[in-house]
Amino acid sequence: MTSPAKAEGSGPSIALDPELDKNTEPAEVAKKLEGRSPGQLMWQRFKRDRTGVICACVVIFYFVISLAAPLLTKLSGTNPYTLYGQDPTYADTPVLDEFGLPLGYFGGMSGTHWFGVEPQYGRDLFAMLMYGMRTSLFMALGVTILLMVTGIVIGLVGGYFGGRTDYWIGRVTDFFLSFPSQLFFIAFMPVVTAFFVDPQEETPTYFRALAILIVLWVLGWMGMSRLVRSTVLSLREREFVEAAKVSGASPWRIIRKEILPNVVSPILVQFTYQLPSTILTIAFLSFAGVGFVEPTPDWGRLFAAAAGYAKQDPAFMFFPGTALVIFVLCFNLLGDSVRDAFDPKSGR
Amino acid sequence: MFQFIIRRTVGAAVTLFLIGAVTFFLFVAAPSDYASLACGKDCSPTRLEEIRTALGLNLPLHTQFWDFMSGIVVGRDFPTGHCPAPCLGQSFYSGEFVWDTIMDRFPLTLSLTVGALIVFLFVGIGAGMLAAFKRGSMVDKVATGGSMVLSSFQIYFLGPIALTVLVYQTGWMEDPKYVPFTQDPLGWLVGLSIPMVVMATIFTAQYTRMARASMIEQLAEEHVRTARAKGMSQKYVFFRYAWRGSLIPIVTVLGIDISALLGGGVVTELTFSLQGIGRLAVNGAVTKDLPLTMGVMLFGAFFILILNILVDIAYAYIDPRVRLS
Repeated sequence: MTSPAKAEGSGPSIALDPELDKNTEPAEVAKKLEGRSPGQLMWQRFKRDRTGVICACVVIFYFVISLAAPLLTKLSGTNPYTLYGQDPTYADTPVLDEFGLPLGYFGGMSGTHWFGVEPQYGRDLFAMLMYGMRTSLFMALGVTILLMVTGIVIGLVGGYFGGRTDYWIGRVTDFFLSFPSQLFFIAFMPVVTAFFVDPQEETPTYFRALAILIVLWVLGWMGMSRLVRSTVLSLREREFVEAAKVSGASPWRIIRKEILPNVVSPILVQFTYQLPSTILTIAFLSFAGVGFVEPTPDWGRLFAAAAGYAKQDPAFMFFPGTALVIFVLCFNLLGDSVRDAFDPKSGR
Repeated sequence: MFQFIIRRTVGAAVTLFLIGAVTFFLFVAAPSDYASLACGKDCSPTRLEEIRTALGLNLPLHTQFWDFMSGIVVGRDFPTGHCPAPCLGQSFYSGEFVWDTIMDRFPLTLSLTVGALIVFLFVGIGAGMLAAFKRGSMVDKVATGGSMVLSSFQIYFLGPIALTVLVYQTGWMEDPKYVPFTQDPLGWLVGLSIPMVVMATIFTAQYTRMARASMIEQLAEEHVRTARAKGMSQKYVFFRYAWRGSLIPIVTVLGIDISALLGGGVVTELTFSLQGIGRLAVNGAVTKDLPLTMGVMLFGAFFILILNILVDIAYAYIDPRVRLS
């Protein structure tokens, strides 16, 4: 991965005087008349990368529409739970034919049902997708932040203290890495839910979300921890850390002021790669039938439904699928751009 | 080399034991009464007690765990009969030996993963190297752009698309099905071609990108430049010097991806409703069938560990520096 410390010259190494670096960004880049922080330099490089900026906009757009899902569905006048095909209130505007397939073109697209309706039940796809994205994105954001923080803490401890601590942390990490992760996700979801609710009862959505969070968290922190550990390991031997040690700084202070600012960029890069992969894992769980279940709107559950309807109504999978491909594509390209902006040497 | 394999095997055995322990105790710690789950709705206390004895749930936990783990090595005796050596217990519900069930389902998952592995290694690395060889050309642009887009696709999206286009709408091919390879090799290939290609496509895209990047990096190395400066032809330099070096990072990533490979197989079989080990894991988890879940987990972990050791051996074969140390 990137090694950010190389790009900064002797910047943070003169951080002996505590007054000099007030913010967490390392102070100044040497040999520049106008001082620019690495953060500013990165931002300038990023702005010049057209693909990166477009992709960032798309990603932000996704987050905005999932935040605004209730507003958007108010606009279309639909909601993700109503069975428009079966509810007698909507009997005068039929959306399904006698075989339970959507009426009209391309999955029953119409003025009220913008993306068509679900076969058999007649639920509105637009509302389901908007709310589904909301569920997936916010779940993924929560999980990613949680496992990043865990990975950073474990990696910092292992990398900084080294020796026996590092050895045992390394063994535990290896052990977690050898789990067949997808199989474990499937197997442990029901077990973890059983800790919260009686298996005979219906599991509330919040407990399901909590179970997903726990499973993904426990089996997901290793990549981050490895990355942080290796970065910290190379930083630990650097002169500015030695200098801080000699001048009597406490380990906590050295980690906070000398080491953390230098691991920020690999962490950010890793974050932009981790988030889409978390979304895909959550979608996978729902697809396999152990994540979110009916009637909670969720991106992955739409795919499970779509796979079932593929024979009769292939149009159903178009919108959820295309939306996911565009999202993952943009997030990956954004990740590449962020990496390039932080470390111009990595190049393409 | 021999020592290395021994060390890895011992490590793998310890890991498997620990994975078994974690799975077992997490399952047991969950407040579910497996006997009453197996008994069903109208269940009398005597029947419940019978089931508990039959499943061995009345024994202390450590005995249950030890019975299970030792059964793998020496086999076990159940009221219904003897379960020979690699015994992974008996399913709570069907009463079948888990090992037999897994052996029944695993060939499908193995066919999918290995089939896809072969396809994506050859196509992916080939395309990536071609792109690096003709860097900046049309071929390169198509390979880079195409692999970027394809790697953002998901098996559960691409799968239904392939089925719709090839099976449901045009009728060019039949629904994917599994025919044992030993019975009918051609039927095996035809029956699994759509799932294999769909699974391989997504991995191919990732490996094309990786192979291209790795090859470009290798071509900038000093020994490659020296070889070129000596007047060797572009092709000779490419295949004699750069090719082998560029494989090293790919094999490293392959080692990390082994678990993702099994995961990909699981998603693929769920997408095409094939009866493989992934379906078994889902069933075991949903019905809370402890021996079945334990068996599938341990078997999955075993598969990954074996492949990992194979990758490490391949690594030593490709990189002479590893062999020496």
